[in-house]
Amino acid sequence: MARPIRILVAKAGLDGHDRGAKVIARALRDAGFEVIYTGLHQTPEQVVEAAMQEDVDGVGLSVLSGAHMTLFPRIKELLVKEGADDIVLFGGGTIPGEDVKPLLAAGVAGVFTPGTPMATIVDFVRRECGKRVGA
Amino acid sequence: MSIKKSKTNGTPANGEANLGTKGKLAGKELWQEQFETAPKRAGAIDRTISDHPLKPMYGPEDLAGLDYDRDLSYPGQYPYTRGIHPTMHRGRLWTMRQFAGFGTAKQTNERFRFLLAQGQTGLSVAFDMPALMGYDSDHPRALGEVGKCGVAIATLQDMQDLMAGIDLGRISTSMTINCTAPVALALYIVAAELQGVPQEKLSGTLQADMLKEYIAQKEWIYPPEPSMRIITDMMAYCAKHVPKWNTISISGYHIREAGSTAVQELAFTLADGFAYVEAGIAAGMNVDEFAPRLSFFFNAHSDFFEEIAKYRAARRIWARHMRERFKAKDPRSWTLRFHTQTAGCSATAQQAQNNIMRVAFQAMGAVLGGTQSLHTNSLDEVLALPTQENAQIALRTQQIIAYETGAANVIDPLGGSYYVEKLTSEMEEGAERYFERIAEFGGVIPAIHAGFFQKEIADASYRYQREIENGERIIVGVNDFVQEEAEQIALLKIGRATELEQCARVQAFRASRDGEAVQRELAELANAARSDKNLMPHYLSCVRNKATLGEISEALVPVFGRYREPAVI
Repeated sequence: MARPIRILVAKAGLDGHDRGAKVIARALRDAGFEVIYTGLHQTPEQVVEAAMQEDVDGVGLSVLSGAHMTLFPRIKELLVKEGADDIVLFGGGTIPGEDVKPLLAAGVAGVFTPGTPMATIVDFVRRECGKRVGA
Repeated sequence: MSIKKSKTNGTPANGEANLGTKGKLAGKELWQEQFETAPKRAGAIDRTISDHPLKPMYGPEDLAGLDYDRDLSYPGQYPYTRGIHPTMHRGRLWTMRQFAGFGTAKQTNERFRFLLAQGQTGLSVAFDMPALMGYDSDHPRALGEVGKCGVAIATLQDMQDLMAGIDLGRISTSMTINCTAPVALALYIVAAELQGVPQEKLSGTLQADMLKEYIAQKEWIYPPEPSMRIITDMMAYCAKHVPKWNTISISGYHIREAGSTAVQELAFTLADGFAYVEAGIAAGMNVDEFAPRLSFFFNAHSDFFEEIAKYRAARRIWARHMRERFKAKDPRSWTLRFHTQTAGCSATAQQAQNNIMRVAFQAMGAVLGGTQSLHTNSLDEVLALPTQENAQIALRTQQIIAYETGAANVIDPLGGSYYVEKLTSEMEEGAERYFERIAEFGGVIPAIHAGFFQKEIADASYRYQREIENGERIIVGVNDFVQEEAEQIALLKIGRATELEQCARVQAFRASRDGEAVQRELAELANAARSDKNLMPHYLSCVRNKATLGEISEALVPVFGRYREPAVI
């Protein structure tokens, strides 16, 4: 592999639940990826700006406030607008099963609901974001 | 006290019965050998869920050094290990206080009235994220968040609608709100005034625990130092004018939810408590003026005995520090009163019905640990705010514990248990070690700035997650006993229509008021913040003149600044 996969772990919206984001950030780092964490309470604009500046391969968004149907599509829209549609958008949080399909349809590449093993997410990132690194 | 004479325990009453296979071993030694040579289960069974080491059995030797009168004493007597009241749940059951809030004030008001009709004995308001962070519902940052995590409250009208038809002179209300706590209190006081209820008669609790926000829950506006000033202003105001109000609910709940261990929850929460006491004293108050109104809020997690030990240790530590270190004279300053909520982080989305059982055991632990009030989570809270049906099951769980199990009939029924007493002492020792480390930083606020708590919690939560990942710890339905999910549970949905309706209400409220008066009061508030005047009367004037929660919060940003967390993984 030419270079390590770079991932932005992001917390958007107003919720302060960062346990999941931090656990995933560590798991991705331990898996050998480069991980940047935005910190809390970011706007979708700030998340996308950070993704562009850091030249990441994927954005992992954590939402536990119930605002996922607003925040995921908005970030996807901004990525497209920036011409950065190849950055893999994925994420998780308190997301009911019935919301997964609409999020996937909106261009989110992977939605991980509560209880997902860290290994599943690591494999996903290696596979999906790896494509971008290999290219 | 049998604990002290129990040294003779272990001497075989019948020598023969204790003769081992080798003919020499007996009693404890025999058991030890038999235990060590026998096969054992795999997995994390030699430590609590918090990674606290466990022996396979506890005995009289574990009580060595424990002095009944000094360390346990009787319920209602210092150091209150066995309970803060002489009667405990024999006198009065805990308050069944279900946290509720969603959508608009009107929707939540209906849920409140339903819960009261079902036998709930106190109210507990969950606010939405914008209200918790100081934004009005129609602020751009509130988009998608209105009414989602709790009820949308931005205006005096919202608070009036929330409490419509509920006599604020008779009910006690708990409000889980922190950086905007003074605004929420002002809204509540003025809404009560408009009902004809004077503030002296109000009873309830404000969470207003900002220190744990920086440590764990992460909802803030201003930096820690001005936040402490706001809190001490509220403490001073309430001590004088709202005497039945609990000004702070010092909360370990969120620290635990963020992934801490039980000892961290205990230690960080009590350290925060001591920091508020120090701040109150530094602000010129007598400790006994405000300490009796401090209350606590703990998590009820799944490791049953560890949790019970945690509550018992909390009471003992608080009593000792308040009396010995802070020289409080009033016994009410020594007693740690606490609310408990079952652990949201233990609930699973998989086979969600199983959460009913988790909640029941956790709630039982809280009751045996002597809680004063309890929220039992609904089975669906892992995915959404609870439906009415699930909220009812959660409340019924408490009623079953209270009336059917007998758990409430004997005070501190696990007192004297070799295991629970030992664990209680170890919890206290663990907390004291953390107090020393925090002191090395120069106190709680410097430790926050150094990222100490955040790092400790992140380490603990990652360790726990890895234990689940590698199968050392089994979570039923998640990493074992997994099944295809047949049914989707019905969830409460808060849609875009609610958000639009609420935004329209806020805008109509703003259009209905005297804009100049609002600006004048907001400027007065900011001026007061620049001086050392108590801010609470100014918050009240702002609310009486119909300033909104967002406007009031924003008015202090130029004076106090905005907090930015050092983002550490």
